[in-house]
Amino acid sequence: MPDKTVEKKVEALPGDTVSTAGVVVTDSGPAPEKARSLWSDAWHDLRRNPLFLISAVLIVFLLVMSIWPGLFTSASPRDADLAKHYLGKPNWGHVFAPDWLGYDVQGRSIYARVVYGARASITVGVGVTIAVTLIGTVIGMIAGYFGGWTDTLLSRMTDIFLGIPFLLGALVVLNSFDDRTVWVVIMALAFLGWTQIARVARGAVITIKQADYVVAARALGASTSRILIRHILPNALAPIIVVATIALGGYIAAEATLSFLGVGLGDSAVSWGGDVARGREQLRIAPHTLIIPSVMVSITVLSFLMFGDAVRNALDPKLR
Amino acid sequence: MGRYVARRLLQMIPVFIGSTLLIFCMMYALPGDPVRAMMGDQAYDPTVVASIKKELGLDQPLLQQYVNYMTGLFQGDFGTQIASQRPIADVIADAFPVTIRLTLFAFTFVTLVGIGLGVVAGLRPDTLRDRGLLTLTLVLVSMPSFVLGFLLQYLLAFKWQVTTPTVTDSTDFSQLALPATVLASLSLAYVARLTRTSIAENLRSDYIRTAVAKGLPRRRIVGVHLMRNSLIPVVTFLGIEIGSLMTGAIVTEGIFNVRGIGVEIYDALSRREGATVVGIASLMVLIYLAASLIVDLLYAVLDPRIRYA
Amino acid sequence: MTIIDEMAERPAPDGSQDTGRPLLEVRDLHVEFHTRDGVAKAVNGVNYSVSAGETLAVLGESGSGKSVTAQAIMGILDMPPGRIPKGEILFRGQDMLKMSNEERRKIRGSKIAMIFQDALSSLNPVLSVGYQLGEMFRVHQGMSKKDAKAKAIELMDRVKIPAAKERVGDYPHQFSGGMRQRIMIAMALALEPDLIIADEPTTALDVTVQAQVMDLLAELQREYNMGLILITHDLGVVADVADKIAVMYAGRIVETAPVHELYKRPAHPYTKGLLDSIPRLDQKGQELYAIKGLPPNLLRIPTGCAFNPRCPQAQDVCRTDIPTLHPVTERDGTELAGRGSACHFWKETIHG
Repeated sequence: MPDKTVEKKVEALPGDTVSTAGVVVTDSGPAPEKARSLWSDAWHDLRRNPLFLISAVLIVFLLVMSIWPGLFTSASPRDADLAKHYLGKPNWGHVFAPDWLGYDVQGRSIYARVVYGARASITVGVGVTIAVTLIGTVIGMIAGYFGGWTDTLLSRMTDIFLGIPFLLGALVVLNSFDDRTVWVVIMALAFLGWTQIARVARGAVITIKQADYVVAARALGASTSRILIRHILPNALAPIIVVATIALGGYIAAEATLSFLGVGLGDSAVSWGGDVARGREQLRIAPHTLIIPSVMVSITVLSFLMFGDAVRNALDPKLR
Repeated sequence: MGRYVARRLLQMIPVFIGSTLLIFCMMYALPGDPVRAMMGDQAYDPTVVASIKKELGLDQPLLQQYVNYMTGLFQGDFGTQIASQRPIADVIADAFPVTIRLTLFAFTFVTLVGIGLGVVAGLRPDTLRDRGLLTLTLVLVSMPSFVLGFLLQYLLAFKWQVTTPTVTDSTDFSQLALPATVLASLSLAYVARLTRTSIAENLRSDYIRTAVAKGLPRRRIVGVHLMRNSLIPVVTFLGIEIGSLMTGAIVTEGIFNVRGIGVEIYDALSRREGATVVGIASLMVLIYLAASLIVDLLYAVLDPRIRYA
Repeated sequence: MTIIDEMAERPAPDGSQDTGRPLLEVRDLHVEFHTRDGVAKAVNGVNYSVSAGETLAVLGESGSGKSVTAQAIMGILDMPPGRIPKGEILFRGQDMLKMSNEERRKIRGSKIAMIFQDALSSLNPVLSVGYQLGEMFRVHQGMSKKDAKAKAIELMDRVKIPAAKERVGDYPHQFSGGMRQRIMIAMALALEPDLIIADEPTTALDVTVQAQVMDLLAELQREYNMGLILITHDLGVVADVADKIAVMYAGRIVETAPVHELYKRPAHPYTKGLLDSIPRLDQKGQELYAIKGLPPNLLRIPTGCAFNPRCPQAQDVCRTDIPTLHPVTERDGTELAGRGSACHFWKETIHG
């Protein structure tokens, strides 16, 4: 958006006869209007986008749930009472009560497990996204900015990692660990997943590198690190953020899928994917043990995807 | 053209070696031991373990093991499964066609329905129809395949009983329809969204304005001028998706009990049968690389601005 | 050939003079765009006409509505966000705005054709130029693929593209800028239309090539006796080619005049400013004049005369009353044919 700040204007007073000498220049056309940047423009768009608002509310809700699960339920996700609660059906009227969503095969409150399961999904999703963004941005920027051999080497390395199917790689890595904590899962997924951001960052940097303001900065003798951090990074950030937000949803889905396959978080962890896997045997007789955690995974992934999608649409002026 | 293909093939060699080596390292360098996995929880004799390892070449340095393995692979020797003593080549030969059938079925579905939906939405951007389809694809993307798989299995097989819950005969396409749909859903949603964006963007391009100014009928504008340009990125994406579909099959095959590559990989992993996993993974890497080469060539055919360089 | 032709032969229903009736007449045309910041009024009551063999140059800065008017005539406005709330566009006496989409489509390309500014983006990058040229004949005349290709080669020869036969299968990106613009011209010319609208046909080209392309266009226009609407912001391009000029500002025509009259004696301060900002050899060493300020924001067009904030002669009345297009006369009152000025002080401007 062109900068619309007009040179200092001298308002012609009413009745002021203006000579042909053209001394007085009144406000020319464009009304004084504060210059809009990409980010403020995007924010303007986002505030009006219902999908963004819904997803933002859901995400805040999920974040609170993952940090203070005790706020939502008094029941423990691990308390099991086989005798009383074996596969108890949901009581839709008992909102927020332990028996609201029924009980699983070990007599544990599904509601409590769903609440406490949020932490695993959100931690893995956010953790992997942060790690991937850091690794990918650094590698992508170095490859894109320095070009030449550095680029060839890093790009080939990216190709190698891209050649490994993500799910298969994650299965192989995680299968080797007996004690799969949240950090192991995050590291495994980040190890395999950084390529996407690296490619986006590299592409953005190559484009920006040729922009006049970067050439100018270099001509003025700015140091490489200054050019990279002050001039290139801020302008490459938009596409990176967009890809990262959308990927976040994908990593949550990946964690759930891996847990479902039995190579996600360890058995002792409370996680939605694990609960789905355990609910599998009861699909015929007690579908709620499987469907409820499944729905939670989908809602969470959907929230982050909608969020990322809205941010992308707002940041990408081409799509307007 | 021939030179370009040759160069690309040469470039693929280091990537192939790199990817397979990486998988090999992940399989063998990380904790976990196939021999011990085979023996299970029973008390084991360290000398027996050592001798089995020596026999299998597992005591050699990792790189040496990799070289040995690859040499075997290129002579068509995939090795033998430790537990079942079956040649891995046989296992793959049995399972691969099943997965290929499933993948191709899903791929056809992705291409036809995905592009179809994308075109329908993209031609009228920002209408109710477009928004509705975009939301539908978002919902599809946000459902991990095991969620969609179980949901459809529960509804179609248990509740309404229109299909069988699992696949008993993988050559029967009517049985494969449900797993193929589930496998396709994610890629289908992506393809629909990509097509939609591409169509909507090209719809506003100058050359479409020219086509309108030439007085061409709408059918021709869309069919000849808009489609070809818009589908170039979609074709690229589709080529890469073949690989994702094949790995996605690991989950789908598990849910519907299709005896394909996915199930074999999963079994091999739980028994830590490195040779089987690496063998299948190498094949997948090869397919991925071949697909991306084909995509690049196709790209140059579709877009005259791209030249083989 | 079609219904449209038969009907076009009949006198216009509103009884305007039959003989010497202009080919195209735009009457009180309004176009607005609905954006998220409000309604942008791009065209606010434009009137102009072109006859066969005549060249009308429409002059104005970007955002003056000159291209939007042309797009409205062609029927290639994006609607929405564009809207035509008011006005008539008469082609051979028929209001095109009242025609069905199919009727308009048949006129486009065959009766009225358009040449765009940027030939590289305006030609389809993945189709050969021969295909894109031949398409005109195949669609409008149902010609076979082979005949259409022969016609395409003929056309490329016509616009002086060397080695047409060999290059017919080439793609747009394989041609130089000037050659690409020739292809655009050939495409517009293909069906020998009655009217050609050229939207800044030479802006994207090198100065040396500009003259060649302009000459070619003028030559072909004379040969086929076509009407030509030449949209430009470049006064230099206009002088040799145009018969009459319409100067646009903020979606209105502010001055009309036969071409040489306008150069000699402008009757609107804006035109005067434009002419004064052309570098001239006889004024070497003097500072070049520039119109102060920026073109108006179409969301908030100034009240009164839209040019008043930038006008050196602006008075109170200019900020309150919108000036109509006054017929311009000599000092003694003799009418000057074809001249008009939308300035309250046109007399002072032309005679003062």
